[in-house]
Amino acid sequence: MKNQDNNTTSQSAEISIQTADYSLADEVALLEQGNLTDGAVVTFTGRVRNNNNGNTVTTLTLEHYPGMTEKSLAKIILQARERWNIGRVKVIHRVGELNIGDQIVFVGVTSKHRQDAFAANEFIMDYLKITAPFWKKERIVSEGQSAENWLDAKDSDTDKAELWS
Amino acid sequence: MIKIVFFAALREQLDCAEMSLASEGVKNINDIKLKLSDNSEQWQQVFSNASLLSAVNHDMVDGEHPVKSGDEVAFFPPVTGG
Repeated sequence: MKNQDNNTTSQSAEISIQTADYSLADEVALLEQGNLTDGAVVTFTGRVRNNNNGNTVTTLTLEHYPGMTEKSLAKIILQARERWNIGRVKVIHRVGELNIGDQIVFVGVTSKHRQDAFAANEFIMDYLKITAPFWKKERIVSEGQSAENWLDAKDSDTDKAELWS
Repeated sequence: MIKIVFFAALREQLDCAEMSLASEGVKNINDIKLKLSDNSEQWQQVFSNASLLSAVNHDMVDGEHPVKSGDEVAFFPPVTGG
C-alpha cells in the first residue's frame, strides 16, 4: 500500500498564506491525527530576528503575490513528493507586519521513516526561499535613526537550493 | 490588453502596482520591458536591472517567454521570503 493512501489531503489544505499566527501544537496534531502509517514528523519554524546585517530590527513586513505564491508552493510540494516518500505536508507563511520573535513560516512533513521527512522539509524551505514570491521589508534602527529597507536576496540561499539539483 | 503587476521595491520605485498594456507588437517579456522603459528615465533604469524577475500567469519565466492578450505579467525583485 502506498504511503499516500491514508494521507490524501487537498492542495488547499496543504498551503496557507495568512496574517494570523499559528499554533505549532495544533499543526503537529493535524499532521498526526488519524495518521497511522507515518512514524516521523519533522517541523520547521522560521521567526523574526531582532538583528540583520549588524542593525537592530524592530519590525518586519511581508508582501506576497496572491495566486502565484500558492501555485509556486504547490509546485515545490509536488517536487518533494516526487523525490521522497512522504505522507502529509503543511506549509504556512504569514504576511503583513510582524514583530520580533513572531513566527513567519511553518513547514511540516511526515513520513514512515525520518530520512524522507528531514530531507523533504529542508528541500521545501530551500526552494521556498528562492522561488516563492514573498518579499521582506525591515524597519531598523541604525545610529539612532529609524529606516525601512527591502531585504536583498542572498546568494547563499541560491547556492543552498542548487545543492538539491 | 495585457495586465501588468509590480511588487515590493519595484512597485515603490515605479509608484505603480498595476497597469494595462496594449498587446499590439508585444511578443514576449523583453518586448514589454522595452516598451515600459520608454515611460521615463526611472522606468528605463528599473527595467535595465538584470536581477529583475518576471512571471506570466503565475509562473516564473525568462525574457524570451511569449506573451499574449489576456495574460497577467508580473515584474518583481528577487524573492526574500521564509
